[in-house]
Amino acid sequence: MNKLSVKKITKSFEENKVLEELSFHVNEGEFVSILGPSGSGKSTLFHLIGGLYTPDSGDIWMDGERINGQRGSISYTPQSSSLLPWRTVLSNILLGGEIVGQKNEPEALRMIEKAGLKGYEHSYPYELSGGMKQRVAFIRSLLSPQSLICLDEPFSALDEFTRLEMQNWLLSIWEEYKRSILLVTHNIEEALYLSDRIIVLSGKPAKVKKEFIVPFPRPRQESIVLSEEFLQWKKKIYNEL
Amino acid sequence: MVLILFVSIWQLSSWVFEIPKWLLPAPSEIWAEAIAGWGNYSHHFISTIKLSLLGLLIGSAVGLIVAVSLHRLPTMREAFYPVIILSQNIPIIVLAPLLVIWFGFGILPKIIIITLVCFFPITIAALDGFRQTSAELMHYMKMAGASNKQIFWKVEWPYALPSIFSGLKIAATYSVMGAVISEWLGAQEGIGVYMTLASSSFRTDRVFVAIFLIMILSLSFFAIISSLEKKIVKWKPKGEGSNHE
Repeated sequence: MNKLSVKKITKSFEENKVLEELSFHVNEGEFVSILGPSGSGKSTLFHLIGGLYTPDSGDIWMDGERINGQRGSISYTPQSSSLLPWRTVLSNILLGGEIVGQKNEPEALRMIEKAGLKGYEHSYPYELSGGMKQRVAFIRSLLSPQSLICLDEPFSALDEFTRLEMQNWLLSIWEEYKRSILLVTHNIEEALYLSDRIIVLSGKPAKVKKEFIVPFPRPRQESIVLSEEFLQWKKKIYNEL
Repeated sequence: MVLILFVSIWQLSSWVFEIPKWLLPAPSEIWAEAIAGWGNYSHHFISTIKLSLLGLLIGSAVGLIVAVSLHRLPTMREAFYPVIILSQNIPIIVLAPLLVIWFGFGILPKIIIITLVCFFPITIAALDGFRQTSAELMHYMKMAGASNKQIFWKVEWPYALPSIFSGLKIAATYSVMGAVISEWLGAQEGIGVYMTLASSSFRTDRVFVAIFLIMILSLSFFAIISSLEKKIVKWKPKGEGSNHE
């Protein structure tokens, strides 16, 4: 069943057409990456799905319900962690549920422990490293009531080592919870390593240029990143960009 | 240090140049009067404390209410922002007698004066604080489907708190000034009254006692608010600037 389906959405700002007849879908429990050059309207796409903008034409469906311009349908992890600096880790994690009026503290504490953040429940965000902040932001998304998680280049601000560690961490958490994830990235390796399917966008106005189904089995082994096949795929996708 | 040096020079020069007491009393004489005259002015002091506290409270409340309502209603903001600034252009000294004519010698005109000087720094600080709320956080909250009310209480309000505290500190020192000015106009008691009486009878030492009382009061208000701020705003890294990334 389609979790999210985006049907022929077009959006322009004044003369500037950003998205044109863009269509794709995300299945239940699927990890989909959107890959595109910077400035290809990836953020606009998230704003549309998140309901901050309404599309000029086309529809966005979530669980069989039309959500054009409807806020709060996705749980969102932005590029910068966007943790509230005056809240502790724990109460930041509870924020998603709090907005809709359902806090689950025991579950949050359990997740914090799982994420390797035990002992930091009552720390403030400024005391955490970049990678830890992203973990907190991701757990916040996981505990939000919305079932589709949208990640907007979540690792782009991290250094290479932390990024790899975070990708593995994300995979392990995701494999356990199997939530639907839509990841926007400009990093081909990241998309290949993490996702089930990759959607390549063209430059302005953004259209779906090509779709790849990633053949690597789950659970993903870190070693595949260095395999010949991985490189072949990387080349293939690179040529599309 | 600077203060100690200043007071010492003052004391020394009063001895050396033999300045008459009614012109400029030495710090030691002021100190002697401050201790000896406590019985004379303590009720003035307490009355001013009460008045400025009450004025500060009302002024801060008005300031916050104005800030929140202007923030929530952007069209009102456009319309009233200039009015707020204009309200600060009226010299209090001119306005005060008018207020007395309109409202008599009671507490009301005094509170109006203090409110008028106090609300401005708070309103401006709070409005700026609300407006500078990080776009990322707002963005996240909107994506998460938060209502305007939730966005206000969960993001904008806490975000603006440090600015509001800065406004409060300024307002606190203004409130003592406002109270003294309002007491000049006609009051039964207060440091303002004590000051007028002292200066009209050439008791310069008492004028200085009054000045120091005002300073002490302002400083203690300031200190109380600073310590409150430290208690409430504790999410900031120590020793770093006011910005969180």
